[in-house]
Amino acid sequence: MIKKYIERLGRLVSFFILEAGGIVLFTARTLRQLFTIPFDAKLIILQMLSIGVRSFPVVFITSIFTGMVFALQTYTGFKRFGAESMVGSVVALSMTRELGPVLTGLIVTGRAGAAIAAEIGTMRVTEQIDALETLATNPLKYLVIPRFLAGLFMLPALTVLSDIIGINGGFIVTAGIYKMSSSLYWRKVWDYLELGDFYNGLIKAAFFGASMALICCYKGFYTQGGAEGVGKATTQAVVLASMTILVSDYFLSAWLF
Amino acid sequence: MIEIKELYKSFGQKKVLQGVDLSIQKGESMVIIGGSGSGKSVLIKHIIGLLRPDKGSVFIEGLDVTKLNEKDLYKVRKKFGMLFQGAALFDSLRVWENVSFFLIRHRGISEKKAKEIAIEKLRLVGLVGVEDLMPAELSGGMRKRVGLARAIAHDPEILLYDEPTTGLDPIMADAINDLIVDLKKKLNVTSVAITHDMHSAYKIADRIAMLYEGQIIETGTPDEIKNTSNPVVRQFITGSAKGPIKIEGVTDE
Repeated sequence: MIKKYIERLGRLVSFFILEAGGIVLFTARTLRQLFTIPFDAKLIILQMLSIGVRSFPVVFITSIFTGMVFALQTYTGFKRFGAESMVGSVVALSMTRELGPVLTGLIVTGRAGAAIAAEIGTMRVTEQIDALETLATNPLKYLVIPRFLAGLFMLPALTVLSDIIGINGGFIVTAGIYKMSSSLYWRKVWDYLELGDFYNGLIKAAFFGASMALICCYKGFYTQGGAEGVGKATTQAVVLASMTILVSDYFLSAWLF
Repeated sequence: MIEIKELYKSFGQKKVLQGVDLSIQKGESMVIIGGSGSGKSVLIKHIIGLLRPDKGSVFIEGLDVTKLNEKDLYKVRKKFGMLFQGAALFDSLRVWENVSFFLIRHRGISEKKAKEIAIEKLRLVGLVGVEDLMPAELSGGMRKRVGLARAIAHDPEILLYDEPTTGLDPIMADAINDLIVDLKKKLNVTSVAITHDMHSAYKIADRIAMLYEGQIIETGTPDEIKNTSNPVVRQFITGSAKGPIKIEGVTDE
């Protein structure tokens, strides 16, 4: 009984170590392609559209409601000890430092990351990746680099919007529902927010975007076993990328702030 | 032109290639026959460097592709065109973009010119008016033809065919065979095809080689193969379930 659990734990640990090693090697091989010609501007723009621009609606909804519920909870909570004037600071700090980058990362992983893994996985099982190779085109350069760059740059961009939208969501609730003075909310936002809060959040977002894209490309790239394999790779990609975001978030936060 | 020497490849416990030797002359059409799972696909993927062997060499005009670095390997690959079993067209690109993929990427040809060349290559494989369609809109036979147009678009010296007739109806299959023979005459290429379709093999081959248990057990012209005394080859070309070849997963009892 205990032996079985230890075995299972061991398998899980070795699975994560193998995956981590695979992803690091894959990343190294990909990054080497970054500075080779030709520079695929068109492919990069297309990926920025599909990973970044088209994720905006879901990021918008997530951020505005997160900001709103955060204001709602802190207002009622802080009122118990008479600190409800601090809602603006709490919402601003938590959106920029934490919720903006992490929620955007998770949302984009679910939306665009799954699509990346499924698309590249399908290309693998239908031999389209082999076909690229026979046409003397490096698939890492053609498929992975554009997605990597799109993740790296679009996640911070979406996070900027998420921060702004979230803080405004908090404003809607405090000013609209609790009738707090709007100048008080904004003054509290600006009083305690430092530039560092904002751009350290963006550094986290860039890391999340790059790692999400690489993990999903990696799982897609080594897909095996037809349609079922594509499904499995997609699930694993989303789980692995989400875990990476949540775990690395702690360590990045501890290091950056 | 192509020299395969003592090629070994295993996947885990499964020994797929166990010392394959084969040489293919310039301008020759070689067909490799063998049962499902005999390693034909693995062999053809070694020729173009998609797989690396455990041991052995593949020489393309004197260059060992198994030992080349990435950059030189891509250079050698420019001599090749390959038709995949499922055509492997790029789903996200239009038919003409598929066909002229190599030209746009490696020769820096303008889109307008590339499209003109694509239309011309499509005509060569018997397709007209499909250039603006997406691959998903094509039938199986049309996909193979587009795949073939893509393979020949950059005027390769060597053409590889992975099961060119598999999955097609007999008439479409024969049309593809005719096309392969026709292209060989027009383009004067060296070609390697793998198939288990004997009708196709007889039609397109200058020489046929049989892959069995990881080795080439017989090589000859279609006539020599038809009159072979080797019982394994005989069983395969006549398509009989009885004989020395064991069917995988099926026991005698």
